[in-house]
Amino acid sequence: MTKVSAVFPNKVLPYLLVTPQLTLTIIFFIWPSLQALYQSFTASDPFGVKTRFVGLKNFRDIFTDPYYWHSVRLSFVFALQVSLFVMAVALLLAFMAKNPLRGATVYKVFLLWPYALAPVTTAILWVFMFQPSIGIVATVLRYMGLTWNHTLHGGQALLLLILASVWKQIGYNFVFFLAALHSVPKSFLEAAAVDGASSSQIFTRILFPLASPTTFFLLVMNVIFSFFDTFGIIDTLTKGGPAKATETMCYRLFVDGFKSFLINRSAAQSAVLMLFVMILTALQFRFLQHRVHYE
Amino acid sequence: MDLKLRVVSVLLGILVVTLGMVMVGETRVEVEFWHAMGGALGEITAGVVEKFNNSQNEYYVKATHKGSYIETMSAAIAAYRAGEAPHIVQVYEVGTGTMIAAGEAIYPVHELMVDTGVPFDPQVYIAPVKGYYSFADGRMASMPFNSSTAVLWYNKDIFRRLGFDPTQPPKTWPELRDVARKIASSGAAKIGFSCTWLSWTQFEQFAAIHDLPFATKTNGFEGMDAELLLDHPLFLRHVQTLIDMKKEGSFTYGGRDSAPGPLFLSQEAALLMESSALLPRAVREAQFDWGITYMPYYDDFIAEPKNSIIGGASLWVMKRPDATPEHYKAVAEFFRFLSQPENDADWHMATGYVPVTVKGYEVAQARGHYQKNPGADIPILQLMRPGSTPNTRGLRLGNLPSIRVAIYEEVEKALEGAQGAEETIKNIVERGNAILREFEAMYQ
Repeated sequence: MTKVSAVFPNKVLPYLLVTPQLTLTIIFFIWPSLQALYQSFTASDPFGVKTRFVGLKNFRDIFTDPYYWHSVRLSFVFALQVSLFVMAVALLLAFMAKNPLRGATVYKVFLLWPYALAPVTTAILWVFMFQPSIGIVATVLRYMGLTWNHTLHGGQALLLLILASVWKQIGYNFVFFLAALHSVPKSFLEAAAVDGASSSQIFTRILFPLASPTTFFLLVMNVIFSFFDTFGIIDTLTKGGPAKATETMCYRLFVDGFKSFLINRSAAQSAVLMLFVMILTALQFRFLQHRVHYE
Repeated sequence: MDLKLRVVSVLLGILVVTLGMVMVGETRVEVEFWHAMGGALGEITAGVVEKFNNSQNEYYVKATHKGSYIETMSAAIAAYRAGEAPHIVQVYEVGTGTMIAAGEAIYPVHELMVDTGVPFDPQVYIAPVKGYYSFADGRMASMPFNSSTAVLWYNKDIFRRLGFDPTQPPKTWPELRDVARKIASSGAAKIGFSCTWLSWTQFEQFAAIHDLPFATKTNGFEGMDAELLLDHPLFLRHVQTLIDMKKEGSFTYGGRDSAPGPLFLSQEAALLMESSALLPRAVREAQFDWGITYMPYYDDFIAEPKNSIIGGASLWVMKRPDATPEHYKAVAEFFRFLSQPENDADWHMATGYVPVTVKGYEVAQARGHYQKNPGADIPILQLMRPGSTPNTRGLRLGNLPSIRVAIYEEVEKALEGAQGAEETIKNIVERGNAILREFEAMYQ
């Protein structure tokens, strides 16, 4: 296959057209990233009165800190659990909503609603339900003989975070899955029906494989969401506690940078996260190019 | 009136107002004041600033609410790095160590007052306030603003229901434990005792009241190389008490910082250790008869408890490249306004923060505030207890917010049953000292 590149008669216009986007990217992404990268190699006091170059010291500090490794493990476990949980539920809902359904619009609107909420609002709703002494769910659990106190029990705190994050993210996943399922050509499904395939066979043999680009895209989006966008939920629900049970990499970065004012160490952590996102994005592109079936 | 005419008149109106504002801006020296007072306290703060602005026409203080204490402080630090620091920023008491270490970023209040020629006498402030915000040699670094202290809040209705005398709240830890146990086991309230700001109420205040040092180097006032002294047997005993109370159901941990506050207001918790600044919320929200009393102590350790220390925040003056002497004069005049006894008393009576000046306290007394609100003078009386020692002056530790987080985490582990009191104390001291060394290294 030969590479074909578009030919533009005007040599200036294309550059002019990408300039606004490029400017925004440079000002709001590239420049701050470079700043953070620079700061990760220096040491300074909070106010930046004195700054000196320290090489890799900040990275050495975080990688020799067992609490940092704890937050790395926690972040991956959390992201995996949230992603799998949310995708399973959303796919099931989308599969059920695929066929003409009475009140489908209402159903879809209700499912989408949580996505429109700010993370902090989401978290406050869950606080109301699970507040150990007065929350309604906590009260019901107590009657069932279960003690709920996420302010002291690390496992419960993590579970609460996962539930709140999943709840928030289901709508987004649902919409993408629904669109993916709808885009499967009717002829395939009809042919399968003629051949006598059962509903579950149609799902596992036709719908799910054909929706795989969407599934992979959503996996990446959910992992990124779990890593970065859950900050507001964590800050409102648990503040990383109890005893670091919910301190993800992103929350740890915030605690170091904005509570302890160890700005350089915080910058080193953001450099690590940047690297992680770069790897994830590269993976996504490779995977989409080579492995996933396009119609 | 037809639509066009109406649009034109509205536009004209806007123009006039804008012009008016521009002209005011031109004639008055304007300074930025970033604060962390939200909700009811925010409204009161805005009122104070407005009163200053209306009291004269040379200076204009522009107050902006920047979110929580930590958000306000990081916003000010970020702004300083960008050369656009606010002239005045409100910083919570545990940020004092970081602000003092900031060196050329800040303009110490004692210097500001000399440079601007505004009369200023540090002796007007009550001792624990003055002490907390001064350099080791006694010169004042920041301007006292909202100071509170920890007190014990209790629900008088529940006391009556159980046949306890509501005028005789528990004085000592054994008494408190006894009352809390009876409340919880009788079901009069779900929670016997809870506390907010666990590090502040159970360690920092606890140390001062029992005349124990929190750290070496006079709690850090004498140098950055301080080390935590929390391994004293009394701290160990107290952590053990908390663990035991949790087990028997008389103490419930309600989360970090101010999170347990609502438990008291909703009558879930009968006893709560919390800042005296809960007052405006209690007045507004509590549907029951409540009281305030002194912090409990171990009477077999100390017969006469010492003064408690303050919480809250102070106002710091920051350097910014474009600030003129006129700007700083405006700041100094605003500070003078704040420390006038009348204004200090107004603030105290409205907010539940303590008066920061002795005269302010006297004005509140003269106005009959404490007759009308029995117990409202408990915080100030607790702060002004005679016989203060170097242990009751306050804390000057670098990165105290991080040390607080370490204390939260270790005590949470203990209350969850994951570790005993001894291990908890050992971990707090180890982690706290590591944080202190890290802070020290930042300035080498």
